[in-house]
Amino acid sequence: MLLKLQNVGKTFIDKQKHTSFEVFSDIDLTIAENQFVSILGPSGCGKSTLLSMVAGLENTTEGSITLEKREIKKPGPDRGMVFQQPSLFPWLDVKGNVTFPLKKSMNKQQAELEADYFLKLVQLSKFKHHYIYELSGGMQQRVAIARALAMNPKVLLMDEPFGALDEQTRHILQDKLLEIWQQTKKTILFVTHSIHEAIKLSDRIIVMGTRPGRIISDITIDFPRPRDRENQQVITLEKKIMNLLKTEINKVLKEELADEIQHSS
Amino acid sequence: MKFSIAAKRIMFLIVVIGIWQFIYSLNIFEAIVFPSPITVATALYEGFTSGDLVKALGASFKHLLFGMSLAILFGTIIGVILGKSKQADETAGMYLIALQSIPSIVWVPLAIMLFGFTEFSVIFVVVLGGTFVMAINVRSAIQNVSPQLIRAAKTMGTQGLRLFYRVEVPAGIPYFMTGIRLAWAFSWRALMAGELLSNGPGLGYSLSYAQDYARMDQVIGIIIIIGVIGAIVDHFVFSKLEHTVMKRWGLLR
Ligand SMILES: Nc1ncnc2c1ncn2[C@@H]1O[C@H](COP(=O)(O)OP(=O)(O)O)[C@@H](O)[C@H]1O
Ligand SMILES: [Mg+2]
Repeated sequence: MLLKLQNVGKTFIDKQKHTSFEVFSDIDLTIAENQFVSILGPSGCGKSTLLSMVAGLENTTEGSITLEKREIKKPGPDRGMVFQQPSLFPWLDVKGNVTFPLKKSMNKQQAELEADYFLKLVQLSKFKHHYIYELSGGMQQRVAIARALAMNPKVLLMDEPFGALDEQTRHILQDKLLEIWQQTKKTILFVTHSIHEAIKLSDRIIVMGTRPGRIISDITIDFPRPRDRENQQVITLEKKIMNLLKTEINKVLKEELADEIQHSS
Repeated sequence: MKFSIAAKRIMFLIVVIGIWQFIYSLNIFEAIVFPSPITVATALYEGFTSGDLVKALGASFKHLLFGMSLAILFGTIIGVILGKSKQADETAGMYLIALQSIPSIVWVPLAIMLFGFTEFSVIFVVVLGGTFVMAINVRSAIQNVSPQLIRAAKTMGTQGLRLFYRVEVPAGIPYFMTGIRLAWAFSWRALMAGELLSNGPGLGYSLSYAQDYARMDQVIGIIIIIGVIGAIVDHFVFSKLEHTVMKRWGLLR
């Protein structure tokens, strides 16, 4: 077992207002090597928070997260992260961005060889001397993926990486990601709120509910890829997840409506 | 009709000089307070050929170079401290705005009392002129680094001092550039204020010297030089540099 979350909980405390907010508690999750796992849930259920905790950017308020039996306390190059915004460094060219995390562990030549390899993998070799403002959103996200992969992390964490892209680019990058995953045999933890994206990509889908955030279903997908939209198995699974989430989304809507009525009266 | 920007500017200049010449030829004012464009041009020409203006310009640029370098250095140090330490900013941040709002000419009497009529006094005023605006911008540079970039860098195992010089410093370059440009603008004004009341050499001193001898042609000539230098440096050095940086950093589109 590679990544293990035990009784993980997160509470944000607002020191100025003396309030606290529990995002989720008692999250138990074990992820095996080479698995492509998606976390799916309505917005606000704590997906990003959970991923940030695995990345080490947020601390855990309860429980523990371990990677190969070592407890995660802070960020490290064994976990690569791709955010919804590409978060590239504009003062560096494409190659400079990809070699950024490598400067500490290898010499310049080695780093450049690595960068070349991963830029080829995301098909951006021709753009290695371009600056970020010269690239489209999809290209920027590919650079971000190459940068995360170049560190050779044990786990690749992706937080709605294609969420800000147009439909067409999103499809192309999803296919590309599957290809890369098959080639590199990485373990991927992928956050999304798109049911279809989760089904298309994952070995396993963790469905999260909200208020309080928790895991409501853990679904293993055992039919082969590519998973066409018209495929009967895909349609059945899509319906199943839709029903799971419907209750959750309705819950959010109802609460918000109740709040509204309370505030206006 | 369509003209290039340069053509428009040149035409405007010709019109202004034309009006100037026209008013001069009406003979309403005495020539001594209202010299003709040609007299001013001659005064400038003589100033340069005799070497007086060249010497003055050299001295002014020397003061500016020393003063601005120190202003950038001090401003950066103060700005980094205030930007990095919330404690320091809460304690001293307000006073930075207060100091920045003091016109540089106000420092001149202070400088003269401290250092006499020396070139050092002039440099001192230039330093005070540029330091605070630089510090304010460097502080903004540090405080406005995108948290998202910091998060990204952290996930790549970058932290501490490395995080500072590999991410926070380069991310702040656009503000830093703006700081340098404003430091130049303020230092240039401070320089003239300082030199005007100094014992020379320098462009400001030449100006007050010309005034003492009632040489309106020279006074106008030097004012023109001061304006031209300000515009040229701003346009060809700082605007260009700032534009390049802004573009690279994705802040222009
Ligand atoms: N730094 C923070 N301080 C306080 N509350 C936060 C913070 N980050 C996230 N939250 C809250 O935690 C909840 C989960 O947020 P998030 O993990 O971003 O959800 P998701 O990614 O599933 O949309 C939200 O209600 C959000 O307002
Ligand atoms: Mg999110």
